[in-house]
Amino acid sequence: MASLWRYVLAGLGLAALLAGILAAVYLTAPQSPRLASSEIARSKKTANGLFVASFEPERGVIRQGELQSWLLILKTGAGTPVEGAAITISGGMPQHRHGLPTSPQATDYLGDGCYRIDGVKFTMSGLWQLHFAISAAAGSDTVVFNVLL
Amino acid sequence: MSRFSRLLALLAMAVLAGCGKPEFSDAEKKTIASLALSALSPLKTDTTNRFADVPAAAALGSTLFFDVGMSGDGKVSCSTCHKIDRQFQDDLPQAVGVGRTNRRTMPLAGVAHDPWFFWDGRRDSLWAQALAPLENPLEQAGNRAAYAHYIQARFGERYERIFGPLPDLSTVPANASPLGSNAEKAAWNAMTDAQAEDVNRVFANIGKAIAAFERSIAPPQTRFDRFAAALATGIQPQGDDAFSPEEILGLKLFIGKANCVTCHTGPRFTDGSFHNTGVPPVANLPPDRGRIDAVAQVEADPFNCFGAFRDGDASACGELRFMVKTGPELIRAYKTPSLRGAATRPPYMHAGQFSSLDEVVAHYSKAPASVEGVSEVHPLQLSDRERAALVAFLKTLAE
Ligand code: HEC
Ligand code: HEC
Repeated sequence: MASLWRYVLAGLGLAALLAGILAAVYLTAPQSPRLASSEIARSKKTANGLFVASFEPERGVIRQGELQSWLLILKTGAGTPVEGAAITISGGMPQHRHGLPTSPQATDYLGDGCYRIDGVKFTMSGLWQLHFAISAAAGSDTVVFNVLL
Repeated sequence: MSRFSRLLALLAMAVLAGCGKPEFSDAEKKTIASLALSALSPLKTDTTNRFADVPAAAALGSTLFFDVGMSGDGKVSCSTCHKIDRQFQDDLPQAVGVGRTNRRTMPLAGVAHDPWFFWDGRRDSLWAQALAPLENPLEQAGNRAAYAHYIQARFGERYERIFGPLPDLSTVPANASPLGSNAEKAAWNAMTDAQAEDVNRVFANIGKAIAAFERSIAPPQTRFDRFAAALATGIQPQGDDAFSPEEILGLKLFIGKANCVTCHTGPRFTDGSFHNTGVPPVANLPPDRGRIDAVAQVEADPFNCFGAFRDGDASACGELRFMVKTGPELIRAYKTPSLRGAATRPPYMHAGQFSSLDEVVAHYSKAPASVEGVSEVHPLQLSDRERAALVAFLKTLAE
């Protein structure tokens, strides 16, 4: 009887050790980028608070490796659509030191503060950043959207 | 033995058995599934080439691909360098046609999925690409007027059944091209616009037929794909499909710590894009700056998507329209090659810089600075065991 208890104790001890090792392995393993939900928000205030911008794929889903159209919707703080804005786009993958594989452009104004951003392409999974420089009657401002694939 | 102690013993055993580290995390499983051949989406129709999926065009393209008559000296065809039994490449560090070129022959499996062609992407369609070696003095060294005459003489009927009537070539000089020798250029410049357009049309159609053939060159299933399929369905891969611990470590490194999958992504193990990875230039070859010098070339190509020979409308030209044209990241950036089959076709890189996978992996482990521009890869400091594991994994993509 006493010997069985010894085995059980040894077993439990081993299990605890294993759990410890596993925890260490998992905790030190490289993490895929984690962002607070506010950081991957599809809608946010521009840097100086001039506009509220939202950015979303025109057809709803993000498809890796394909050229896609996205929509940038610009409103003032009061909710009025921003018309006639000049928009330039840059960006890249901050963790991989490279820029965007394409150079997206604002190609169309669809009304109601909505601009079509064409030529958007994400070639790999991970964290992408798109910087928008926006210039309109109300002034110039910038906004960065994070896109996590 | 009391019931209580029996329970405890059972519990201890359950804890021990259940606690084995799972081979792959859910995130890893997802990545592995995304690399399997079964994840390859069907080839999209190429609206810029309305003959792309016409069987008779592919058949003519196949004939032309293997025909040494399609060259200036009558000795070189596409298949001289793109050998059908060698994954459509030639095992040489730099290709040899009529002359010796400065780059390595690229294998062709699945190439039709890509948006850009050549190591630097200086062509934007498979059919425009095919026209380049035909006139390159180091490759097939012919000229477009001679090709038009040759097609009429040898394949006139087949051509006309696919593309419609051939133009009247009776007054077109035997040899003429805007890119050829001085005599050929002079002959080209003396031609009327209508004649030039006629010859260019036949020339473009040659490219479209060859492209139709190349669309059929698909990457085969590998041991990795069978392993991935088993993993996805949750059954233990059996027999030869099972991975050794070394191969599993290699796969984990590839999609994890070694970051290979950031560029070698998707079922073809390529993002189809351009990166500077610090591969050193080859001594005695002319300077090679990669993508940065290709931008102007693809823009100037009369057979590009914006040109007069495109079928369909310009909505197919997104890649060219939204191409990145400047930026330091284009310097010495080259197209990410597919890694399928790579293990059995050394040498590696755009000019055959490395002669084995060991050398390739050692390069990534050290990640030396680029001679020009900035390398995107960071030193990995892999152990001997890890380097060997990566090589072992790469071999599963060629078995
Ligand atoms: C002299 C050897 C040679 C001949 C002949 C040749 N090629 Fe190539 N091929 C190469 C080399 C070398 C490259 C890469 C060249 C570069 O990047 O500058 C290449 C690249 C390609 C690519 C691009 C693949 C990719 O992934 O981007 C395709 C497609 C291709 N060749 C098809 C053809 C066709 C079709 C023909 C015949 C019309 C042909 N080649 C004739 C050597 C050759
Ligand atoms: C930043 C993008 C990037 C990363 C990360 C990357 N590669 Fe590459 N890989 C490339 C490019 C681009 C080339 C071609 C470079 C050249 O020819 O100059 C290449 C070439 C290769 C080749 C040669 C294939 C051939 O046909 O010539 C192998 C093998 C390879 N990579 C394996 C790996 C492995 C293993 C890793 C991880 C340790 C890795 N790569 C990480 C972009 C990348």
